[in-house]
Amino acid sequence: MPKRTDLKHILVIGSGPIVIGQACEFDYSGTQACRVLRSEGIRVSLVNSNPATIMTDPEFADATYVEPITPEFVELVIAKERPDAILATLGGQTALNTAVALHEGGVLEKYGVELIGANIDAINRGEDRQLFKEIVAKAGVRLGVDDPTALVPRSRVCHSMDEVEATVAELGLPVVIRPSFTMGGLGSGMAHTPEDLARIAGDGLSASPVHEVLIEESVLGWKEYELELMRDRHDNVVVVCSIENIDPMGVHTGDSVTVAPAMTLTDREYQHLRDLGIAVLREVGVDTGGCNIQFAVNPVDGRIVVIEMNPRVSRSSALASKATGFPIAKIAAKLAIGYTLDEIPNDITLKTPAAFEPSLDYVVVKIPRFAFEKFPGADPELTTTMKSVGEAMSLGRNFTEALNKAMRSMETKAAGFWTVPDPAGVTLADTLAALRIPHDGRLYTVERALRLGASIAEVAEASGGIDPWFLDQIAALIELRTEIVDAPVLDADLLRVAKRAGLSDRQLAALRPELAAEDGVRTLRHRLDVRPVYKTVDTCAAEFEATTPYHYSTYDLETEVVPSNRPKVLILGSGPNRIGQGIEFDYSCVHAVQALRSAGYETVMVNCNPETVSTDYDTADRLYFEPLTFEDVLEVWHAEDSSGRAAGGPGVVGVVVQLGGQTPLGLAQRLKNAGVPIVGTSPESIHLAEERGAFGAVLARAGLRAPAHGMATSYDEAKTIADEIGYPVLVRPSYVLGGRGMEIVYDDPTLRDYIGRATDISPDHPVLVDRFLDDAIEIDVDALCDADGEVYIGGVMEHIEEAGIHSGDSSCALPPITLAGSHLVEVRRYTEAIARGVGVRGLLNVQYALKDDVLYVLEANPRASRTVPFVSKATAVPLAKAAARIALGASIAELRAEGLLPATGDGGTMPADAPVAVKEAVLPFKRFRTRAGKGIDSLLGPEMKSTGEVMGIDTNFGHAFAKSQSAAYGSLPTAGKIFVSVANRDKRGMIFPIKRLADLGFEIVATAGTAEVLRRHGIACEQIRKHYQAGEGDDAVSLIGGGHVALVINTPQGSGASARSDGYEIRSAAVTADIPCITTVPGAAAAVMGIEARIRGDMQVRPLQDLHATLRAAQ
Amino acid sequence: MVKRRPAILVLEDGRTFPGEAYGSVGETFGEAVFNTGMTGYQETLTDPSYHRQVVVQTAPHIGNTGVNGEDDESGRIWVAGYVVRDPARLGSNWRATGGLEDRLATEGVVGISGVDTRALTRHLRDRGAMRVGISSIDNDPQSLLTRVRQSPQMVGADLSAEVSTAEPYVVEAVGEHRFTVAALDLGIKRNVPRRLATRGVTTHVLPASSSIDQLLATGADAIFLSPGPGDPATADAPVALAREALRREVPLFGICFGSQILGRALGFGTYKLGYGHRGINQPVLDRVTGKVEVTSHNHGFAVQVPGVVGGAVVPDQVIDTEFGRVQVSHVCLNDNVVEGLRAVDVPAFTVQYHPEAAAGPHDADYLFDRFAELIEGRALDQRPSEGRNHSKGRSNA
Repeated sequence: MPKRTDLKHILVIGSGPIVIGQACEFDYSGTQACRVLRSEGIRVSLVNSNPATIMTDPEFADATYVEPITPEFVELVIAKERPDAILATLGGQTALNTAVALHEGGVLEKYGVELIGANIDAINRGEDRQLFKEIVAKAGVRLGVDDPTALVPRSRVCHSMDEVEATVAELGLPVVIRPSFTMGGLGSGMAHTPEDLARIAGDGLSASPVHEVLIEESVLGWKEYELELMRDRHDNVVVVCSIENIDPMGVHTGDSVTVAPAMTLTDREYQHLRDLGIAVLREVGVDTGGCNIQFAVNPVDGRIVVIEMNPRVSRSSALASKATGFPIAKIAAKLAIGYTLDEIPNDITLKTPAAFEPSLDYVVVKIPRFAFEKFPGADPELTTTMKSVGEAMSLGRNFTEALNKAMRSMETKAAGFWTVPDPAGVTLADTLAALRIPHDGRLYTVERALRLGASIAEVAEASGGIDPWFLDQIAALIELRTEIVDAPVLDADLLRVAKRAGLSDRQLAALRPELAAEDGVRTLRHRLDVRPVYKTVDTCAAEFEATTPYHYSTYDLETEVVPSNRPKVLILGSGPNRIGQGIEFDYSCVHAVQALRSAGYETVMVNCNPETVSTDYDTADRLYFEPLTFEDVLEVWHAEDSSGRAAGGPGVVGVVVQLGGQTPLGLAQRLKNAGVPIVGTSPESIHLAEERGAFGAVLARAGLRAPAHGMATSYDEAKTIADEIGYPVLVRPSYVLGGRGMEIVYDDPTLRDYIGRATDISPDHPVLVDRFLDDAIEIDVDALCDADGEVYIGGVMEHIEEAGIHSGDSSCALPPITLAGSHLVEVRRYTEAIARGVGVRGLLNVQYALKDDVLYVLEANPRASRTVPFVSKATAVPLAKAAARIALGASIAELRAEGLLPATGDGGTMPADAPVAVKEAVLPFKRFRTRAGKGIDSLLGPEMKSTGEVMGIDTNFGHAFAKSQSAAYGSLPTAGKIFVSVANRDKRGMIFPIKRLADLGFEIVATAGTAEVLRRHGIACEQIRKHYQAGEGDDAVSLIGGGHVALVINTPQGSGASARSDGYEIRSAAVTADIPCITTVPGAAAAVMGIEARIRGDMQVRPLQDLHATLRAAQ
Repeated sequence: MVKRRPAILVLEDGRTFPGEAYGSVGETFGEAVFNTGMTGYQETLTDPSYHRQVVVQTAPHIGNTGVNGEDDESGRIWVAGYVVRDPARLGSNWRATGGLEDRLATEGVVGISGVDTRALTRHLRDRGAMRVGISSIDNDPQSLLTRVRQSPQMVGADLSAEVSTAEPYVVEAVGEHRFTVAALDLGIKRNVPRRLATRGVTTHVLPASSSIDQLLATGADAIFLSPGPGDPATADAPVALAREALRREVPLFGICFGSQILGRALGFGTYKLGYGHRGINQPVLDRVTGKVEVTSHNHGFAVQVPGVVGGAVVPDQVIDTEFGRVQVSHVCLNDNVVEGLRAVDVPAFTVQYHPEAAAGPHDADYLFDRFAELIEGRALDQRPSEGRNHSKGRSNA
């Protein structure tokens, strides 16, 4: 069935900002979709508010709208573009929800737009739990299953304890109890004993307004599997990949360590899952495209239960695509426009069709990356709510190899088993007890339990059902460990066995202290010629020849690296997403690949993050899916360099480390020392910018100001510095990204407390103590510098929140909204001096604080920053591409002549009519709860907490800010109650914004102190008591918690730690109730501008291509 | 860690792979073939079609679920040798009754582990299936190579008698009995009579040497030609039997080797594929409906049909044969190899792949319904009042 000819224009909906549970995998899928549709001659319009995506690069669509993904704005886009159809199955739940809302609002019908890839009924059938249970039962009937009702967890609605007991007598314990119609799952729980049952069900019955609880059979501890399926409109279905969770049921699949393909199923069981998956897919009625189905399998009797299905491309499909080489999103886009699977060629073999099921001759392991350290108070137990912020994937020729590679890809303190000592005094009993609560790094605990003498059966039991096969694999590693420790010498054979099991040089060094650490192991290994080979991911287990060089390392006989005599450049990616290092860096890496490819280099990408565009096999000329550790990168370099030279070429002419964030930057010096040609800013220059003393000298030479500062390795030293420069001070460890461990300290006791908590202080890792500039305006600059010292200012961003809030969490505007021309001249002078003083060859990010008209340098990072994609989109200049070219020797003058950079001018001086772009951060507070089940604090500070960002762009700040808020949090309110409670020092600044809100018709509710000030200024407001003050009726917390408020404005009283406790209840209630909560005065002022813009109701949408044409013309 | 004895694998072109002894210690020879299935090693090992073949598993982990009492496709392991990369130390499954390696050792199957199976597979893909030897008792590649080159070739091998049942046996229908089928056992898999039984078919499985009269003496309504090992060009007796069945218009269904026999009976030739199809992910196009099935394959030979252009949906394309019009009903989308034939004027059809799966997906299970419908239609045809109408086209639905 060939392509439909009636689809000439398709609107693709993206997934918006990166949040927990919805990350850059949707940039990967959306980018593929846009590419495919355009190559089919279809006009593509795109909506996505996330500027850090590749898909929103103007060349990927005909009309790119960086606008909020809300029904309101998408309707504006539809009205303007009038597409034939909408493709919403590649933009995650956000896109799907928006499409459903547009359908329900009659918008699709009004404009005659067809929803392709999934129909509304199918979406509803997949989403509605009860409906889905019926669907599964019907699918079971279709398959002729004996008891179709057994294909879902058995359950019954009960109205009394008698009914509950009768139900449990049938289902057996444990059971899950879910009270009906309580907020946020209040009163839910799992009953393991009759006592639990009496307590939880009893409470549940009374908590439920209708005195009703659902008693459901527990599948906790069952084996968990997922299948990724694809269906075309001819009803052909293929299973692309099976995924097995090592963590059994009870841990969200996004938080589980997973393996592909499934390791512990017989063919008979696997085919049952496949039959059932296909039957459910057909019954749900997914038209075309990808879909994901989750199963639980009872390890005792093999009973299969269908848990859920997603009728769209998901995080798991991105993982499955990378794991198999089968590009699900790309194929889904083709299926959506009418092709059938047999008509689409398999990209990798070219000769065979996409209508087949990939066969793997390797094992893939994915491990989630968490960020609990960023959210003190958040409960780190892993549950069915996803909490991880990123993941790494690795491939190996066996499970342990893939597992060890994935573990060392995490960039956590431990880089695989045995790389950190066991906790002091830990016993087997402690270890087994710890296993009972699923936690980050649980496999380390598994290993320790086995090593301390637990049997596989004991560990299987304690871990709640990890399959013995996986445990035995870890047990085998422990046996190998003993052998390595006991061997008289580490000979070639043993070394080879260790490497085949996936152990890193660093792990081996930990076991053989005499080998002079990792470097010693590597020297020995190279001398004995034990080096990895590189195999190819080819979808077919070598049955057909592969044309796509997508490689992974292993210790086997034969390598498949095809020699090439072209000059090669390695680009090191950024590894698993985490807070502070996410999609923005992948964006820059992808841009480097694009720029260097078109400049004639053979580009070689190294990365281990399956969610990204950079790890799409058709992004770079060659892809190595490898951990970003020194050992793994060095071996890739060696393989590419030596094969290139053997082919008569120059080999690797450069390795780009400055675009992937801190990860590759941290490897730069060691790689250079090992003879690897690092291009761009040299490791020495990087050090110059990062090492406080040296950087201070650079500033001093150029006569630039910086806040007074010092370095301390003890409390006494820190106190001396603080006394000298005066409080408040900003304290932080050296060499960190995302403000990790950074705090503003106002007094001696807090300083003492901070130093006490900072465990890793040493002369090599001192604590930096800076004078903190209160109430300063923070400014962010991205700039380029070439070998001639020529500087191009990419953009100057003015933060909306005052200095002290991490730049990644604060919103900012470009061009700056209040800075004077003289400030910009000063910013340029400073930036040029730093770029030249440090010796930057490529990108530089500088953060400044402007206080009382004086500019201070806060810090400089000689690498791509998080804001590079935002600046590139706001100014129409591809900074990362230019940086990559500069790294390989191009000058800014040449790039101007080429047209990659504008012929004249730069982002430091934007045209007067340039649109205003606002970047807003998206924060994950809603995802976390304390152990007691309460919301966590949403207060911002110098430590970064946001997971992603959006861009709002419009002709003026108010409109742009309103868009940024709509995109990030749902729209700013235009009517209703506003709750205000501000700190004393903020009361003056707050009067005018609150008055304006009152004038706009909002009802103001305030706590006593704030209310008094407002009343004195003639602002009518209702006074409400704080939650700890006695009284009748609602208090502030219950008012907010009850959802009776449209906006919360709460700035913290006091300073330091006490600021955190003040208003915590208020802010966490706002987070729990999902109400926008503003915690700074400038934030409130910006919100007023945004609210006014919304009330005027004149929101317009404009494609980036248009904006860029205007900007380019002005240049 | 358990230390394994060193072992080597030598191909007839001299390429040698080091490894370690797996299963039984000893020496073995056969035709090296690779299987790309990621599940179903127990079914693969016990599939008689792998007789005299040394199977290379591309899936790196083998033995993870142990062995159980239910998944054997015949009474024993048939592979001549087994090549894996990472054997499981522990089999984990609720149905498992033992470990795979113990079973291999008990049945005397010589294997080799720790092999770069991907390199070996690529070699076989590029050079074609070839003879191979595995030894864990003689580690000299040269002396093993000499013995490899003395071992028998697969081309020209007549192996049916070696794998066939010695005595006839019956697999009863499940539920109401509808038809009786006589299966000529050229290396049948247990799941074939099992799938037939669920359609109310009682299957009499007879030795490969049986005559058509012996088959029909069971009261059979139809004849089934089973899968099995060897070169179809040698199977003259089964071909003659099939020709007689076609002549008598006895409903006929063939799978794999049986398909090649029916192909020969219809007058087509057979040929050896470079490295064959062995796996459970092969896309087959039904050229009548245009639907794609993901199917289980295990064949090194195929039917040669002149003038077939694969991959296209051609519901009306027919070829004239001695037994009337024949359609190429199925082709493999990977390489356009003929995967199914259907006679239009006589009640016979075949598929080169395995609708009984085991191991593999169940997409093609409907073919057993089609066989039942063919028998049923035939039964109707035999009613005098309705006359004969071979081209009823039931199976075209």
